[in-house]
Amino acid sequence: MYEKMHQSRLFESRIKEAYFEGKSPLFNMAKGPIPGEMHLSNGQEPCAVGVCEHLTDGDFVTATHRPHHVAIAKGVNLRAMAAEIFGRSSGLSGGRGGHMHLFDPAVNFSCSGIIGQGLGPAVGAALSFALQGLPHIAVAFLGEGAANQGAFHEALNLAAIWKAPVVFVIEDNGYGISVAKRHCTAVARNSDRAIAYAMPGIHVDANDPDLIHEAAGTAIARARSGGGPSLIEIVTTRLEGHFIGDQEGYRPDGEVAALAAIDPIPAYRARLEAEGVDPALLDEAEHIAAAAVADAFAFARGSEMPSAAQALEAVFVERTAA
Amino acid sequence: MNIPAPQRKLTIAKAMAEALAQEMTGDDRIIVMGEDIGRLGGVFGNTAGLLDRFGSARVRDTPISETGFISAAVGMAATGLRPVVELMFVDFFGVCMDAIYNLAAKQAYFSAGKVACPMVVMTSVGGGYGDAGQHSQCLYATFGHLPGLKVVLPSTAYDAKGLMLAALRDENPVIFMFHKALQGMGWLGTVPGSITHVPEQPYEVAIGKAAVVREGGDVTVAGLGITVHHGLGAAKALRGEGIDVEVIDLRTIAPLDRETVIASVRKTGRLVVVDDDYRHCGLAGEVIASVCEAGVVLRAPPVRLAHPDIPIPFAPSMEHAVLPDTDKVIAAIRRAMEVDR
Repeated sequence: MYEKMHQSRLFESRIKEAYFEGKSPLFNMAKGPIPGEMHLSNGQEPCAVGVCEHLTDGDFVTATHRPHHVAIAKGVNLRAMAAEIFGRSSGLSGGRGGHMHLFDPAVNFSCSGIIGQGLGPAVGAALSFALQGLPHIAVAFLGEGAANQGAFHEALNLAAIWKAPVVFVIEDNGYGISVAKRHCTAVARNSDRAIAYAMPGIHVDANDPDLIHEAAGTAIARARSGGGPSLIEIVTTRLEGHFIGDQEGYRPDGEVAALAAIDPIPAYRARLEAEGVDPALLDEAEHIAAAAVADAFAFARGSEMPSAAQALEAVFVERTAA
Repeated sequence: MNIPAPQRKLTIAKAMAEALAQEMTGDDRIIVMGEDIGRLGGVFGNTAGLLDRFGSARVRDTPISETGFISAAVGMAATGLRPVVELMFVDFFGVCMDAIYNLAAKQAYFSAGKVACPMVVMTSVGGGYGDAGQHSQCLYATFGHLPGLKVVLPSTAYDAKGLMLAALRDENPVIFMFHKALQGMGWLGTVPGSITHVPEQPYEVAIGKAAVVREGGDVTVAGLGITVHHGLGAAKALRGEGIDVEVIDLRTIAPLDRETVIASVRKTGRLVVVDDDYRHCGLAGEVIASVCEAGVVLRAPPVRLAHPDIPIPFAPSMEHAVLPDTDKVIAAIRRAMEVDR
């Protein structure tokens, strides 16, 4: 888990560097090798690794507009993902989707740019696995803001009446873009909402991969054994703004300065060392992660841009012989 | 004396249900979901008998949660099933369109064609029976406008079965619209021409292919769903006046078969398009633009007969005044025939 967390962090650090290329002196989102909005997940890595550690390639995961940590934890092809973010023809969708629309069918991963959109597909995939007698489950990641979407409530109700093998994971980073959770959510804990849909609601009040791993293990075991859905809420941290370029004027005084102190990755390393894990092993994990990220970025930058003609392809899938 | 082969006349509702049952028998990946589609057999009868035959695992009454079950269908389609869902009235798309145009329609594109989305959304369209502005719309253009969706609308039971089988076998999301005035429900008036012979054996009607349903040399009338029957009625009425009308059933809104219309208008030189959807940015305008872009020389300005840009009114005296009908098509054809350049 430490290696994956570190890999995600390095990956996003490299994205941030590349994102600013060509965007100075005047910031223009359309310029540089990575155009468009960029939502980083720094700080939320424990949620992804703690949950995905329990999953197989066959398990179905939907993530959000802030997807990189989950994609990496799920095992999405790192080269093709980097290339997609750079809009290259070797990317996951050949540059058609970009960073908010990553699909990797090899590991049943997808994400989307609309708040609350991934929940329904996860419920459907879960029912699909159950109907086909497959052992897989589905996990939908969402932010705390999405718990106020109608799609959230419809998906939880459907999952409950269908007893679908699905786990909903709320990454509560405290902000929906700029609006703090306390200003837009009627309950202090979204996990309390689970009771309205007759499923367990688990609250994890720590951005700690081990505690998240434990909570997710309970919910995932329940799903796999036919016990039905669960809702997990994790109190996590968004170390960056909503998107790169966000001035974050909505944060209370001192909050940004205090973020480094609650960064979960150094904290996890310190705890592992305190528990007796050999620092050399952790260094080795960091080296492996760094090598993978360097390789992925070299691949992405070395790949060709898609041709204009390729934009016209893949709108439909041709029928294959039955 | 020739004895005609026995005719097996079905309504569109029964033709749709038969297509579903036949394909579900051979393909256990097909799951049908929606509001009242199980025990009730569908408000419009198109899932009648399926629950008894295939059981509640495959034929699922859902809560009134269109966002939930239509987006769930996308997840099912991504993981090996072929879901069929019903959006009871097309007017209800406002509560679930995200699942349709952002999820279903873009799954192939965002996965470079690796994750297909083989699903069918059945939905009723059309007014004329006093159900007012939130239960009577057509919205052909709204759905036809969005890339990644195929959109079909049969005018007869024969086409309904064939288009449904083609839709069920397609790897892409298909919006299967059916017009309430053609459906054959006892509690709704039904245009008799929609009840046709339907072969028992499975067959497909190709998606994306229009049909010339009546040949003629003077003027082309293109329509779909109920307006095809208005066109046929007008053709019959004008025959005595020596006006020879060619009637085209577009059958598919997306992809639109422009070639069939263009070929017809090359022959006739005159075009009337009849559309019971809103006029502005509509299908009728698209058909006319396609013919003009192809450089077809017209003998008279094209005529667009569509619903005016107002909500569909309730009172019959207002509703029938604004919906296309046979008399309005006759008037439109006469207008097209007045000019000859």
